[in-house]
Amino acid sequence: MPLKFPSFRSRREDYPEKLWTRCPSCEEQLFNKQLEKAMSVCPSCGHHFRLSAPARLSQLLDDGTFEERDAGLISEDPLAFVDKKPYPDRVAAAQLATGLRDAAVWGFGMVEGQRIAIVVMDFGFMGGSMGAVVGEKVARAAEAALGERVPLVIVSASGGARMQEGTLALMQLAKTMAALERLRAAHVPYVSVMSDPTTGGVFASYAVMGDVNLAEPNALIGFAGARVGAGTIGQELPPGFQRTEFLFRHGFVDRIVQRSDLRRELAQLLRFLTPKPVEAVRG
Amino acid sequence: MVDRILNRGRDGGSRDGDAHEAAGEPPADPRAAVWARVQLARNLRRPRTLELLAAMADEFLELHGDRLFGDDEALVAGFARIEGHRVVVIGQQKGADTDENVRRNFGMPHPEGYRKAMRMMELAERCGLPVVTFVDVPGAHPGPESEERGIAEAIGRSVGLMTRLRTPIVTVITGEGGSGGALAIAVGDVVLALENAVYAVISPEGCASILWRTGDEATTAALAMRMTAADQLALGVVDEVIQEPPDGAQADPAETARRLRVAIVRELDRLAAIPLDQLVEERYRRYRSLGAYAELPGVAPTPPLPPRPGLADRLRSLIEAGQRAIPAPPLPVGRRDDPPAREDV
Repeated sequence: MPLKFPSFRSRREDYPEKLWTRCPSCEEQLFNKQLEKAMSVCPSCGHHFRLSAPARLSQLLDDGTFEERDAGLISEDPLAFVDKKPYPDRVAAAQLATGLRDAAVWGFGMVEGQRIAIVVMDFGFMGGSMGAVVGEKVARAAEAALGERVPLVIVSASGGARMQEGTLALMQLAKTMAALERLRAAHVPYVSVMSDPTTGGVFASYAVMGDVNLAEPNALIGFAGARVGAGTIGQELPPGFQRTEFLFRHGFVDRIVQRSDLRRELAQLLRFLTPKPVEAVRG
Repeated sequence: MVDRILNRGRDGGSRDGDAHEAAGEPPADPRAAVWARVQLARNLRRPRTLELLAAMADEFLELHGDRLFGDDEALVAGFARIEGHRVVVIGQQKGADTDENVRRNFGMPHPEGYRKAMRMMELAERCGLPVVTFVDVPGAHPGPESEERGIAEAIGRSVGLMTRLRTPIVTVITGEGGSGGALAIAVGDVVLALENAVYAVISPEGCASILWRTGDEATTAALAMRMTAADQLALGVVDEVIQEPPDGAQADPAETARRLRVAIVRELDRLAAIPLDQLVEERYRRYRSLGAYAELPGVAPTPPLPPRPGLADRLRSLIEAGQRAIPAPPLPVGRRDDPPAREDV
């Protein structure tokens, strides 16, 4: 398979650039090839870089087992939204930059031989924001997981609901939660994996509602943007506010998992989280 | 598409639009018209949940506390009787003056407010009472204590509960529909909105500061987000817009309550006739179908994934990593006792 990260480089300053990347945490200069081999975790300080959706899938799933579904879903522009640029231009630019069609990819795959439905988000696509396409993919993934009675895994990386889709983006919270409630009622388990960042409406819907919540270390996870919160309340924020460890301390994360351990831990969890046989649910 | 939305929006009750069109006047700055509504929605004298209830309900008995942490006065809940219908009412409550606003946290609930709401919804389901919610919130409280106690969890859980609650839910957006803090009590079988209510995914000020990088463009953002009740009707997020008295709800709260009462009672009657299974299925379909996307046929899957490094590479990188002087990353709690994975040994 060709090693291709479409425009992995131009997206953000903390994405690898050319050959070397400066770690934003310890300022070490890292050789990109080495960084990639280390699953985009700084070997020096453990800083977890953001991952593209394809990279995340390849790290979590058994090689060659991913079958993408609903790849043709694309955003529309129901509000005819224009800020500094029209919304369709922003989508087109993000598509070009990432090689993705929207901020989430879903399909079926295997983790150490166990079949799951999986959704992964990509922060590089408009900040991983959730519009109708992301909401629809999450809902379809939950419905398909229910249909096949296989666990659902969602790896979140998102700034929240997509403002350019207005309240229709907000309604995706209800859409995704409605599907997840049905999954729960059918006794099919769901694991949420939170990565940097998981905020706003994504955190306040499916990301926080896993039967098991995992999170990568030191990820920004929170409801209100730190600046919004501080600005509105005019209050000092505690150190480490809205980081994984803060969430862990307050009981909203089951386990903080290093990226290098994530696949193994997920597989271990999945050996416990087996969907209840359908006869047992009906009985 | 846009034209269709705008037209439907006018049909839905934007009287200003009709007036301008009929008179053939040149349209004023549309931002000003939208901003005027935002200001009305935020008007300090706008009737709140308790005032509306006092005017429309034959009786109301407020209940307090989430049974977990405390009682949140930014969100009120209780039993009410409206024209013979016994219902559970839940709504945000802003204060009428500074003292009350401090007590009620300017109508911004903490997690315990939403947990009280959930407790009341479950009680309604058990007693077979319909739920009526009044939404008027700038947003859920965004401070540290709110995050510590899980505001996101409370909102997500409440939204989920409402999608499956086995009793009718009538929601009214009475003032500000502020994002997740609003939606947490606004997932209904029918969503009504007062004429000057607004509903948005983020405050116009917040949207402007992110997308325009200046709060000064709040009026532009308010227009772009189509946050007026009429626009929300056109988008299908709101099902019906209820006209306010001529100078707005704050000018005549009693008349506003009377109009609301008519619509709420009509919806309660209608929903009571629908079997519960069908009601919940239709509510699921309502939210399942919101959002605009297209589906391209025969699209190739997302481009190839980079292969995972083979065992040899992984070992090599482990050894390389091991050779460095590593200031150990903070050890995640709970990981200490795990044996090393076999393949890593």
